Amino acid sequence: MSSVNFKSTRATQAATPITHSGGPVVTGTSVLGIKYKDGVMLAADCLASYGSLARFRDVDRLQPVGEHTVVGASGDIGDFQYVQDLLEKSMIHEFYTADGHALATPHIYSYLSRLMYQRRSQMNPLWNSYLVGGLNDSGEPFLGYIDLIGTTYQSSTIATGFGAYLAQPILRKAVEGRENEITEEEAIKIIDDCMRVLFYRDARSLNKFRRAKVTKEGVTVTEPYSLTTEWGFAENIIGYGA
Amino acid sequence: MHVRPSTHPTSQAKEAAFSPYEDHGGTNLAIAGPDYCLLASDTRQSNGYNINTRFAPKTFKLSNKSVLATAGCQPDCAMVTTRVKQSMLTYKHNHNKEMSTSAIAQMLSIMLYQRRFFPYYDFNILGGLDEDGKGCVYSYDAVGSYERVPCSAFGSASALIQPFLDNQVRNKNQLGKPKVTEFEPVTPLPLAEALRICKDSFTSATERDIYTGDYLQIFIITREGVEEQIHELKKD
Amino acid sequence: MFRNQYDNDASTWSPQGRIHQIEYAMEAVKQGSAVVGLRSNDFAVLVAVKRSPGELASYQKKIFHIDEHMGIAIAGLTSDARVLSNFMRNEAMKSRMLYDRPLPLFRVASALSDKAQVNTQEYGRRPYGVGLLVIGYDQTGPHLYEFSPSANVLEYFAMSIGSRSQSARTYLEKKFDTFVDAPLDQLVKHGLRALRDTLPQDKQLDTLNCSIAYVGKDQPFTMIEGDDVKPYLDQLDSDDTSDAPSQPLPGNDSVAPMETEA
Repeated sequence: MSSVNFKSTRATQAATPITHSGGPVVTGTSVLGIKYKDGVMLAADCLASYGSLARFRDVDRLQPVGEHTVVGASGDIGDFQYVQDLLEKSMIHEFYTADGHALATPHIYSYLSRLMYQRRSQMNPLWNSYLVGGLNDSGEPFLGYIDLIGTTYQSSTIATGFGAYLAQPILRKAVEGRENEITEEEAIKIIDDCMRVLFYRDARSLNKFRRAKVTKEGVTVTEPYSLTTEWGFAENIIGYGA
Repeated sequence: MHVRPSTHPTSQAKEAAFSPYEDHGGTNLAIAGPDYCLLASDTRQSNGYNINTRFAPKTFKLSNKSVLATAGCQPDCAMVTTRVKQSMLTYKHNHNKEMSTSAIAQMLSIMLYQRRFFPYYDFNILGGLDEDGKGCVYSYDAVGSYERVPCSAFGSASALIQPFLDNQVRNKNQLGKPKVTEFEPVTPLPLAEALRICKDSFTSATERDIYTGDYLQIFIITREGVEEQIHELKKD
Repeated sequence: MFRNQYDNDASTWSPQGRIHQIEYAMEAVKQGSAVVGLRSNDFAVLVAVKRSPGELASYQKKIFHIDEHMGIAIAGLTSDARVLSNFMRNEAMKSRMLYDRPLPLFRVASALSDKAQVNTQEYGRRPYGVGLLVIGYDQTGPHLYEFSPSANVLEYFAMSIGSRSQSARTYLEKKFDTFVDAPLDQLVKHGLRALRDTLPQDKQLDTLNCSIAYVGKDQPFTMIEGDDVKPYLDQLDSDDTSDAPSQPLPGNDSVAPMETEA
C-alpha cells in the first residue's frame, strides 16, 4: 500500500468513475413466486454462497414485512440484511404513528423500488433481485419484482436468477390463466417441483428450502425442509462418479 | 492508503463493471390526424432473451389532451413518467389550468436535457391535441432533442415500422399521391385508416422483433377525451 | 402603549401562563371570513364564504386543492395559508413518490402541527396567522381536521372557523348527529345553512361569494365555484324550513353525480 504514490492514485481515480460496489460477495440464488387462489407463495433455499463455496447453510431469504407482505431476496446477502434493517425501521415508524395506517404490499414495493433506483443512480447499487409478495389494497394477490437498477414488473409467476431460465417456463405453464383455481396444495406442489429442478441443475443451490405464503390470514414461513431426489440415473452417465 | 490492494478476495472482479442501464425493449407508434391523435404501444417487457412479463404498460394518459409513450430502460421510463405527472400537478396548482400539450413537450425536453451527462435511457413520444384541437406528435431522443412530426415510431421495432409509416402515412415513394412532409404538423388520414395501419404495423413487427408482442395498447385522443383499447398480439 | 409587557414575542410567558403572541394570532383567524367543514361516514365537505375588498376587485380564494384526496379551507392571512398549502402539497407528493400512497390525513395534520409549533417557541419567529380546516379521504375513511396558529390540531365531526363562526358551530352542534348517514348533497346543504348563519343581516350567499368542495369514497377532491354553485343555493332556498329529503340536482357536467336518499 505504501508503495503506491499519491500522484498515481489521483490519476487512477480521475480516469475511472467511482464505483462503490464492485459486485456481489456472499450470494443467494433464485427466489420463486406465484399467485394462487388464496394469495401468493414464495420459496427460496437456505444457502449463501461465497463464490463457489457453500459458505452459510441456514440463511433465511424470505422476510415477512408487516401483516401481509413477504420480501424474498436473491443476490448479495449483506445488501439484503441492510434492506431488512431499513424495512424494519420503516415498519416501526409506521407503527408508532398509530393512526390506523400500515404499509401494505404495494407501498413496500414502491419504497423498495425507489430505494433500488436511488442507489443505482448514485452508481452504488444494492446487488439484489427482490420479489415482493402479498395483497393489494383490494385484497387481491400481489407479486412484484425489483432489481439492482430499479426495474419493476408484476406478474402471476416470477423467478429470479437461474430460476428465470429453469423454473419460469414450468411456473408459467402451471399457473398462467389458472391463478384463481390453484389450491394451496397444488401451489406447494408446483413450487416444490421447481425447487427440485433448481436443486438438480443450479450448482449454487441447496436441498434445504423455506416456503412462504401470504393470504388474508397473514404470513406464514415454513421451517427449512428438504425434497426427495433421485440420483440413480447418474450411475449410467459416462464420466460421472466412479 | 487510498487504494485497496487488488489481491483482496472481495475486490476481484467477478462480474463486468456495473451498468446502470438495461434495454427492456418494446415499441411505440404515434400518428397525428386532423382532429385526433393515436398512440400505440406493445406491453411486453423483456430482459435479454427472457420475457419479464407480458403486460407492463409503458404509455400513460397525462391529461384529457395528452398521452406519453416511453421505451427503453424501464426504471428510467417510469421515473420520467412520474416526474412529468408531478410537474403537471405543480403547474396546475400554480396556474389553475391544465398544461397544454406543447407546454408539456417543452418541459419534457428540459427534463431530459438536465440529465445530459447521466441520461435517462428513454425514448419518448408525446401525443395529444394542440391548442387548435389538431392532433400533434412530439418525438424525442434520450437527451431532449425534440420536434413535432406527423407520425413516428420508436423502440425496438422502430426500424421495422418507421419505413412502413413513411410509405403508408406520408405516401413516400408512392406515385401520384400527395406527400406528407416531416414539416407537416398532421397527416390527412381518417382515424379508421390510421388505426388499420397501426394494428398492421404491430402484427408485422411482432412477427420479426422478439422484443415486441403480447398485447397492443392503443390510445385515441379526440376532443371527447382519451379512449384506451387493448388488443391481442402473438405471445411467441 | 402596550396591552401588557409580556406580549412582545412568542417566546415569553406571561405570569398568568399565557403566550400572548399566540393568542393574537388566534385573533387573526377570527378576522377572516367563515369556513365550515363537516363529514359523514363516506364524505367530507367544506363550504366557505369569500370576501372581496370592493366592487372593482375579485374575491379572495378560500378553498385550496392539496391532492386528489385532500383539500383545505382557510381563515386568516391568505399569504400564510399559501406557505402552508405549498408545504402540504409537497408532503402529499412525497408520499405518492416514495410509497405510492395518498398521504394519510393524520400524517399531514401532524406535519403541519410540527411545522407551526416551531414558530410558537423560537425567538424571532411569529405564529402563522391562519386557521385551516383540512378535509380528506384515506384508508380509514373521511376526515376533518382543524389546524390553528397555536399548532393545535384536532379532528372533528363538524367545525367552523372565521368571523362569526360561533353561529355556524351552534347550528352544527344541533345537527351533527344526523351527519354520519347523510348523503353528500344533504351534507353540503347542512354546511351551507351553517355558513349562512355566519353572515351579517345585509349579506347573502350567492354564486360569487360561495365556494363548495367535497371529497369521499370513490370521489376525488372537487371544488365547485361560480355558476356551478347555483343549484346548491337554489335547493337551499327551496326547502328552507324542512329537512325533507332533497330532489336530485339538475345535470351538470362539471359536477359528479351524487347520492340522494331513496
